[in-house]
Amino acid sequence: MTAETRPLATARAAGTEKSARGGPTPASIVLYFLLFLGLLLMVGPFLWMVLGSFKPQGEFLRLPPTFLPEAPTLDNYERLIERLDFPRYFFNSSVIAITVTAANLVFASMLGYALAKLRFRGKGLVMALVISTLMLPGAATLIPVFVLMSQLELVNTYPGLILPFLAGPFGVFLTRQFFLGLPDELLEAARIDGAGEFRIFFTIAMPLAAPVLATLGILTFLGSWNNFLYPLIMATSPEMYTLPVALATFATGQFQADHGMLMAGSVILVVPVLTVFILLQRWITEGIATTGLKG
Amino acid sequence: MREQLIAWAFAVPFLLGFTIFMAGPIAASMLMSVTDFGLRDLRNPLGTDFVGLDNYAALLSDPKFLAAIFNTAYFVIVGVPLTLLLGLAAALALDRGIRHFRTLFRVGYYLPVVTSIVAIAVVWRFLLNPDQGLLNMLLATIGVDGPNWLADPTLAMPSIIAMAAWRNLGFVMIVFLAGLQTIPAQLYEAASIDGANRWQSFRSVTLPLLRPTVLFLMVITTIGYLQLFEEPFVMTDGGPLDKTLSISMYMYQQGFEFFRQGYAAAIAWILFLLVAIVAVVQFRLLRSEA
Repeated sequence: MTAETRPLATARAAGTEKSARGGPTPASIVLYFLLFLGLLLMVGPFLWMVLGSFKPQGEFLRLPPTFLPEAPTLDNYERLIERLDFPRYFFNSSVIAITVTAANLVFASMLGYALAKLRFRGKGLVMALVISTLMLPGAATLIPVFVLMSQLELVNTYPGLILPFLAGPFGVFLTRQFFLGLPDELLEAARIDGAGEFRIFFTIAMPLAAPVLATLGILTFLGSWNNFLYPLIMATSPEMYTLPVALATFATGQFQADHGMLMAGSVILVVPVLTVFILLQRWITEGIATTGLKG
Repeated sequence: MREQLIAWAFAVPFLLGFTIFMAGPIAASMLMSVTDFGLRDLRNPLGTDFVGLDNYAALLSDPKFLAAIFNTAYFVIVGVPLTLLLGLAAALALDRGIRHFRTLFRVGYYLPVVTSIVAIAVVWRFLLNPDQGLLNMLLATIGVDGPNWLADPTLAMPSIIAMAAWRNLGFVMIVFLAGLQTIPAQLYEAASIDGANRWQSFRSVTLPLLRPTVLFLMVITTIGYLQLFEEPFVMTDGGPLDKTLSISMYMYQQGFEFFRQGYAAAIAWILFLLVAIVAVVQFRLLRSEA
């Protein structure tokens, strides 16, 4: 899969990418084969996970192992729900991700708008803060934040899990890029009509930003849903676990050999998100391609 | 004047979050790193004892910390180029190699990127299981007796690197695809008129024009990989023989398992400096590009 196997390079270069140029060449067959092999490698582990979640415990001990479940069962899912309270973790993850997403849509786009469309002293400084926050590792702030949260008695609470993520730099950056392209005349017209800046932002700028807000919403939700290190330290008792924290805790603790149940737990963590991604993939990959950043 | 006030009002939520949860903690972690802050100090943080640079001195002679530095460097130095090469290869193939199934491949290769690393690590742990794992099962069909990947001191880190490259190549691919699409077709045309073959036009047209994209991806991936945590946490617990212990993981162990938060803050501060250096170097390089 290197530069040397690019059979249609010249066709594309000449701007005739879509035109039929006879049958497939041997090189393109090799390339399709490699790409499908790659696809199998990418999707295989997910298939293995889904199939494994329906296998009874005994089937994992069989040698050689089976690929398809021989006696499919929902037993693993039942144990997740009855013995481990996964509905609770699912609920916690949802509450946190939805709150964080909603807050970012408003707070991040407010600053993104100000940075793109309003003139103020200190703009360069604020922009530099946004960029540096994008780069800097959350892990470096973990210990003081934990001390702070324990002073405020917010460890093991929803506010403790949510507060640091309400206005992330990613959303500021993404929405700023969008608002930069918004024509000034549009805003001037509203100003002449006597609309205040807040009204202009909420009734003109925000609705126009719907596509970029969709991208931001999806990426923020994903980032929050998959976040691990922070909730790991902040949710110290099981009723506040998020799905990744619960899964990791059980996978490294008393259930570490329980293949079936851990696979089922992974399915619960992964499949809803993958479904949403596949349905909305256009928004996500385009958002990333335009900013080159992920949430 | 009014516009100024409104702009600052719009900036308030971000600036509050930045001050309380980013700038403040980074400064605080520097202060904490010169104390012996521990569990007993949680109730009265200001009562902790100043110990100067003792934590840093201790870190420099702590074999586990040195192992964590080495392992993280290993992960970054091998993992970043591998991820970028795989992502670039996929992007090139999708950009001009094929005409059908582009969306299928793009979505398929991107799937692991949107997936929780914890779930991926759990699944891969079973995938790499010596007796019941899919990988060794496939190896057995061609007569190879697969090793115990994650328990072997020489194979554990390469296994984790392979998994990280698998997870992140889709992201690299998408960014490269965007970069490739900005290269005007006329340039390839001109190159082919000049008699350049595919490799030559890749070398003299594609690569130079992708330089900013490559730089950007190198830095983003390096910063991400420097913070390696979930994979060893779930798959190996840092073992075998500390061969997969990372800087973040050691910080977590010291801070939240042994409750030596002063010591952990010193580790966090070193990690912060490493990431900051990478970020600053990037800005320099990108500026000299422009």
